[in-house]
Amino acid sequence: MPSETATDAVALNHSGGNGARGLPPGRGDNGDGSVRSGAVPQRTYITGMAIALGGILMFFAALVSALVVRKGLSNAAWHTVEVPRVLWLNTLILLASSATLVRSRRDFLVRDEAGFRHWWGVTTILGAFFVAGQILAWRQLVGAGVYLATNASSSFFYVFTAAHGLHLLGGIAAMLAVAFRRGRHLDRGTAVEVVSIYWHFLDALWLCLFVFLLVQDRL
Amino acid sequence: MRTTQQAARATRSRSPNRGSALPAVSLALLLILLVAATAYVFIAHLFPAPPPITAAALLVDHQFDLTLYAVGIAFVLAQLGLAYMVFRYRDRGQRAHFTRGHTWMEVTWTLVTLATFLGLGIAGNRVWADLEIAPSSGDSIQVEVTESQFVYTFRYPGADGKFGRLEADLVSPATGNPLGLDPNDPAGKDDIVTSSLTVPVNRPVELLIRSQDVIHNFFVRELRLQQDAVPGMVIPMHFTPDRIGHYEIVCTQLCGLGHYHMHSMLNVVSTVDYLAFLKQQAAAQ
Amino acid sequence: MNASAGAHPELARAHAQKGFVRRHIFSTDHKIIGLQYFFLALAAVTVGIVLSLLMRFHLVWPAAHLPFISGGIMTPEQYLALVTMHGTIMVFFVLTTAPQGAFGNFFLPIQIGAPDMAFPRLNMLSFWFTCAAFLCMISAFLVRGGAPISGWTAYPPLSGLGDVTGPGEGMGQTLWLVSILIFCFASLLGSINFISTTIDMRAPGMTLMRMPLTVWAWFVTAILSLLAFSVLLAGGILLLLDRSAGTSFFLPAGLVVNSELQVRNGGSPLLWQHLFWFFGHPEVYIAILPGMGVTSHILANFSRKPVFGYRVMALAMCAIGFLGFLIWGHHMFVSGMNPYSGLAFSMLTLAIAVPSAVKTFNWLGTLWGGKIQFHVPMLFALGFVSFFISGGLSGIFLAQPALDTMLHATYYVLAHFHLVMGVAAIFGIFGATYYWFPKMFGRMMNETLGKLHFWLTFVGVYCIFMPMHFIGIAGGIRRYADSTGPAYLASLQPLHFFITVAAFITAAAQLIFFYNFFRSLKSGERASANPWNATTLEWTTPSPPPLDNFDGRYPSVYRGPYDYSVPGARQDFLLQNVPDERYAMGEEHSNAK
Repeated sequence: MPSETATDAVALNHSGGNGARGLPPGRGDNGDGSVRSGAVPQRTYITGMAIALGGILMFFAALVSALVVRKGLSNAAWHTVEVPRVLWLNTLILLASSATLVRSRRDFLVRDEAGFRHWWGVTTILGAFFVAGQILAWRQLVGAGVYLATNASSSFFYVFTAAHGLHLLGGIAAMLAVAFRRGRHLDRGTAVEVVSIYWHFLDALWLCLFVFLLVQDRL
Repeated sequence: MRTTQQAARATRSRSPNRGSALPAVSLALLLILLVAATAYVFIAHLFPAPPPITAAALLVDHQFDLTLYAVGIAFVLAQLGLAYMVFRYRDRGQRAHFTRGHTWMEVTWTLVTLATFLGLGIAGNRVWADLEIAPSSGDSIQVEVTESQFVYTFRYPGADGKFGRLEADLVSPATGNPLGLDPNDPAGKDDIVTSSLTVPVNRPVELLIRSQDVIHNFFVRELRLQQDAVPGMVIPMHFTPDRIGHYEIVCTQLCGLGHYHMHSMLNVVSTVDYLAFLKQQAAAQ
Repeated sequence: MNASAGAHPELARAHAQKGFVRRHIFSTDHKIIGLQYFFLALAAVTVGIVLSLLMRFHLVWPAAHLPFISGGIMTPEQYLALVTMHGTIMVFFVLTTAPQGAFGNFFLPIQIGAPDMAFPRLNMLSFWFTCAAFLCMISAFLVRGGAPISGWTAYPPLSGLGDVTGPGEGMGQTLWLVSILIFCFASLLGSINFISTTIDMRAPGMTLMRMPLTVWAWFVTAILSLLAFSVLLAGGILLLLDRSAGTSFFLPAGLVVNSELQVRNGGSPLLWQHLFWFFGHPEVYIAILPGMGVTSHILANFSRKPVFGYRVMALAMCAIGFLGFLIWGHHMFVSGMNPYSGLAFSMLTLAIAVPSAVKTFNWLGTLWGGKIQFHVPMLFALGFVSFFISGGLSGIFLAQPALDTMLHATYYVLAHFHLVMGVAAIFGIFGATYYWFPKMFGRMMNETLGKLHFWLTFVGVYCIFMPMHFIGIAGGIRRYADSTGPAYLASLQPLHFFITVAAFITAAAQLIFFYNFFRSLKSGERASANPWNATTLEWTTPSPPPLDNFDGRYPSVYRGPYDYSVPGARQDFLLQNVPDERYAMGEEHSNAK
């Protein structure tokens, strides 16, 4: 038996319900009742990033727990890898990049295009320096004969730094994308927000990982 | 404008499945059959576990029975409840009784199930504590079992009561040293190495379980007890067998292509026979 | 009346301008992606069933000559490869893919009144990564040494040292592991989409408490996926490093495999188990929660009553999801883990039985006082309830470590998890397929064939899996290639024979489903927008739905999702987008005597 309700319901929506045209708020209404194809509320991208960060956090939490458990099982035989000193410099660089990112975003919000682009670029370059610094740290370790498989502590060191570094490379790629392309679906303001959240997260994550690597002896 | 009666008739005539007796009855009957068959197999002990040979195993069996009663009643009530519902409320043209739920029922059945399951858990954990957490008694016979692909190798400490040191790089089954016993360690001179486990009846046994290569397992059905053998660890297992006999030891943790034929024998013998066994083995080593 | 041109001529024009490849293969339309996941799962389950039939055959006739095997007779390692791949393919590529990836993708946006998922291109990437993972997994069969033999659980050291531990542990295990890592990544992308869409793209008026229980299920499942697959990804990377970079995360020192000393230093096999099962336990809830949502949805529809205790049902799914992260240790009672942990994991595992039981009571409550119509989707939903009762209750034994010491790694465990995952969850998928086929394809499936499929499968799977409990209690051990080892196993062969016969018959019965499915695609009776007289938003739009789901007229929601047989209403169902004034208008005499 055919249901008449589909059409009825749809017809009703045009008279009752929220929004004069039955469109939900923030739906990307073009103003004339037509919907921008593929339009999604801009805040959704921020929600998406927050969720992605939850997953990334869980990933690193698993790695950190693995180190704690592994260390607990072999206290006597744990040889903590000596953290290369360049890591201190790298940490400062990354912190600085967060500061420049904040500045860049502030310039964006007051529509200072030149300022925004300048500080955005500085942030990106600082990020690149960070990654270069991490690679330098690895080369120093290799030079001292400490490889991935040397001992448990070194294995975790390489895994932590590699995983974080890869995520940061992704962040650099995103920063370049914002600088050079116009997103079709994501408007620039949202892109700046989303990339900023990601970048600051990776900065905070690095601080936690770095401190953890420094104090692993006491665990 | 329709009256309630007209509306009801309209709903009835729109009901697409007036002939619901057959599926309702079929499903109800199948569920009754399921319950009956399952109950029968348990009650008639058609495929029982072999009789337990320790007091702890008997406790396990009691806990199993307790759980079976509780779960069995729930199983019967739930499956028969489902059967009843589908039969009683099949579409016979009636109107469904509109309700969104019933808070007190929710509270009640939540608390009842919580109490039942937690009660089972507490009872079960007392048995678990007896099996695993109770300290070993002082006069336990210590035997070490080393598991590898795909054999069990047992080692007794011998007359000196001490195990000799094992070194991984000395392991050489081909030259008769499957465990890697250090020939320079005097404590190991009188160690007895066998391929099956012989213990005297009514004496506590502490089995020290280890593995050479991958994760294996030590399981004897009559003990109602099993333990994984994890490389890098030595894991103790305690039991006090109270019945003479021969019981199969099997490996339950997937260990490679020979997993299915990795097995050995637990021989529980009289004290006299055990002493004779030790003497005979000491002479042969 | 479902011209996709409707109110969006530019949308339709843009769509038509895309080539065939962009429109159908690399589509970003959630409905196409949902169908892609569906057909991937269908292919995977076919492979999985064939593998299981080979296993069942071998268990009864281990010395039989099989023409397609080189050497003629199946070797133990080939059996173990079947075990590993059957488990892996079924768990990942069927049970994690069909309920969430297929039906979730197709119906989540429609049920919440949205035009698509939040991130359509990400969605497309998720599918294609999943597809790549499947191809990588299958390729393990083709390499030297064959597929891995370490089970879907891949415990090191067996899985961590390469082929010194056994055939298939070389390239086969590596491909397996790479496939899993790709799958993890794909799942994470998918979860981001599901969660964002549910949070941000619901129609006006659709509060959380008006979401269909299917949406709740997909939402909770996506959160579980996000948090669980991240951990498997981490663990899997560490295992890959152990295998290929000489690290020792999971490999202790002093291993002597086949008289070869392995040079490693002090890793812990238990660490892998913790990481794996921290993922593995939520994974089984990822497999079953969507089926629970679908069951509630279908039971209400065909009892013509609201879901009994809707709020409790939603809350119970959240409780199951949350508790599911706290009980992974019950897979490790005999692993060598601290026995005190066993106490804690045991009590928490029994606690999770409570929301599960509560859901069962509420399903019975939904049926109570109903007007039950035995359409095919309803039969499968009823079957789900029965299998969930059986499988869930058998878990109560396993939750207690004192009983687990006799049941661990026996056929009892197989009985338990097959009943809940391999049957109940599958019945959830079947129920969803029969229920939503009209909406997805615009045609009805044949009812008679569907009923035949149901009855044969219902009886068949009980015949397959109930006897396994008894094999396990009597001491039948899992993952054994045959019964020629320990002597006592011979007495259990009659049960194995019975199970194998039942398995072949039940597998054959699935051909009825395949025939019905593909024939109905071509020539099934045309479906209306709402053939089941249902209440949720997917039934307000044509079958199949237009490109943007609602032809530009996005619904607003005025009521909960299960307003069946509401007193005073003209019909025994009220669509969610129907405001109160509408039905009140036709019922001035509702209280007339």
